Amino acid sequence: MYSYDEYDQKLLDQRVAQFRDQVRRRIAGELTEEQFRPLRLRNGLYLQLHAYMLRVSVPYGTLSSRQLRGLGHVARHYDRGFGHFTTRTNMQFHWMKLEHVPDALADLAKVQLHGIQTSGNSLRNVTADHLAGVAPDEIEDPRIWCEIIRQWGALHPEFSYLPRKFKICIIAAPHDRAALRIHDLALRLHRNEAGETGFEVMVGGGLGRTPFLAKTIREFLPKRHLLSYLEAVLRVYNQLGRRDNLWKARIKILVHELGVQKFTELVEAEWQDVKDGPVEVSEAEVARIAAQFSPPNYEDAPTFTREFDELRLNDLGFARWLRTNVGGHKQPGYAIVTVSLKPPGGTPGDITAEQMDAVADLADRYSFSEIRVTHAQNLVLPHVRRADLPVVWRALAALGLATPNIGLASDIICCPGLDYCSLANARSIPIARRLTERFDDLSRLHDLGELKIKISGCINACGHHHVGHIGILGVDKNGEEYYQVTLGGSEDLNGALGTILGPAIHADRIVEAVETLIEIYVALRRDGERFLDTYRRVGLAPFKERIYAPA
Amino acid sequence: MAKVVKNPAAQVVTANRLRDGAVVYLVADGSWSTNVSEGAVARDTVTAERLMAAGNQAAADQVVVGPYLIAVAVKDDRVEPLGTRERIRALGPSVSERPAA
Repeated sequence: MYSYDEYDQKLLDQRVAQFRDQVRRRIAGELTEEQFRPLRLRNGLYLQLHAYMLRVSVPYGTLSSRQLRGLGHVARHYDRGFGHFTTRTNMQFHWMKLEHVPDALADLAKVQLHGIQTSGNSLRNVTADHLAGVAPDEIEDPRIWCEIIRQWGALHPEFSYLPRKFKICIIAAPHDRAALRIHDLALRLHRNEAGETGFEVMVGGGLGRTPFLAKTIREFLPKRHLLSYLEAVLRVYNQLGRRDNLWKARIKILVHELGVQKFTELVEAEWQDVKDGPVEVSEAEVARIAAQFSPPNYEDAPTFTREFDELRLNDLGFARWLRTNVGGHKQPGYAIVTVSLKPPGGTPGDITAEQMDAVADLADRYSFSEIRVTHAQNLVLPHVRRADLPVVWRALAALGLATPNIGLASDIICCPGLDYCSLANARSIPIARRLTERFDDLSRLHDLGELKIKISGCINACGHHHVGHIGILGVDKNGEEYYQVTLGGSEDLNGALGTILGPAIHADRIVEAVETLIEIYVALRRDGERFLDTYRRVGLAPFKERIYAPA
Repeated sequence: MAKVVKNPAAQVVTANRLRDGAVVYLVADGSWSTNVSEGAVARDTVTAERLMAAGNQAAADQVVVGPYLIAVAVKDDRVEPLGTRERIRALGPSVSERPAA
């Protein structure tokens, strides 16, 4: 794992001291809210419905056990004992008091965490495949490049006032597990015909009011040019991106308005000026950073043990958990365990301080002290010996963190919605909770198979509803909560935006409506078809007819 | 669920308290309470403007952030905000806060 050097740490400690003084001046009345607001947002601090909210960056979703304990500490001492993992793999604390925030940030800085660039029109946290470094299908670890971008982009003066926020994602496998194409800049490491690895560069993805999937502007970019090319993209955006209209400020609108070809020409022309310049990262620097992502010292672990085999045959719960929450690992004898933060009736992505500590302990004992955060709001123990799976399963089950539902209907992505968020138009958490309660029959849940339900409480789409197999968007109609349903969205490389089913459905009827959609799927599905497959075969009509049939 | 009222018969001034962000309501004596039922109710435009001026002064004095008027219904001694958003602000999240363990 990457560990801060003295520059990183010094920068962070200085920032905490600066913000402490800014908070002091704000409380003393020396700064107005207008003056203070941009300062607090630069440290990830929002003012929400009930309290201040602190968003803490988790770079490329990788946490050490020490960092997870640090988050637990903040939850326990400065919040109400829990935190919420977001679709950007960050953590949000929803009950912060302004006067405590400097202490909380100082404590977070001790474990190399902060809220810088988790808000504002800046380069946001770079996300990656949550299975980076361990996935069997990966060609190399994409986090090396995430970290290079992080170091280059941290407090970058030229890109601190972009037209709007800018989100980057990197994957290095043929399977997309990170919702790559919904990002402003999407990078896919792949091999060209000569066998060299480089990036496919895609731009202009994003959800929100005007959703787009990112489009390719360069099939192959040699890795050494990553930063100069990124600089060229950002310069074109910084110069031409719209600043007159908040809803048209993201790069997706610029790409759409210029057209991919024109945008590409501008980037390529700009690139000629910066290519091979001082920003290019040297081989020595890449090697220095890559060394920090070297695999842990795996042992020669057995692939199966008697206890494992017996438990799998005799305990349906363990067998189900293996099927959905455990995946194959690069290293023979090891497995990847997904820790479900989606218990029946729970708030997706929420985790208590006690659970954070306990997962950190499990990571220390069974996963080389490493944890990952997924964009689907779950955690991952990335290096578990297969022989340890029974004991890890029992421990997670005792914590309420072993619901065997990863990728299934109750593994819902959900934003905080109107229960917490000042932007929201409708609640999303109660809908998610009611749905997961409906899916607590594990036989039925597993029979339904892969089904991605995603819920957003407003058009900003933090809950990724556009790319849900079933997407649910909360809207306000004359003070009442309604939900617009989309079908057929998908977040993988062949992704698609969902199609609106019809008029929005009242809060009292939305859970029943989702049940009905699933019943229709079950009635129409052919052997082995997932919800998405059936939808793609039969289209919207059969679903629409039933949902909007006169009562 | 309450509907948004265009010309509310009764209003109170709400804001977030500067130090901790808590939801507060302007009381008749000029203080702020976390209990909406303690909020000073304006039943006419002149009173609403007077309360709002007091709210703006409190923001200028750095006591609260972002004061604004909300529509309420008054039932006996209880003041109930209208609209889902303001009801959630007054009562807290509609879901239990701590995740089920």
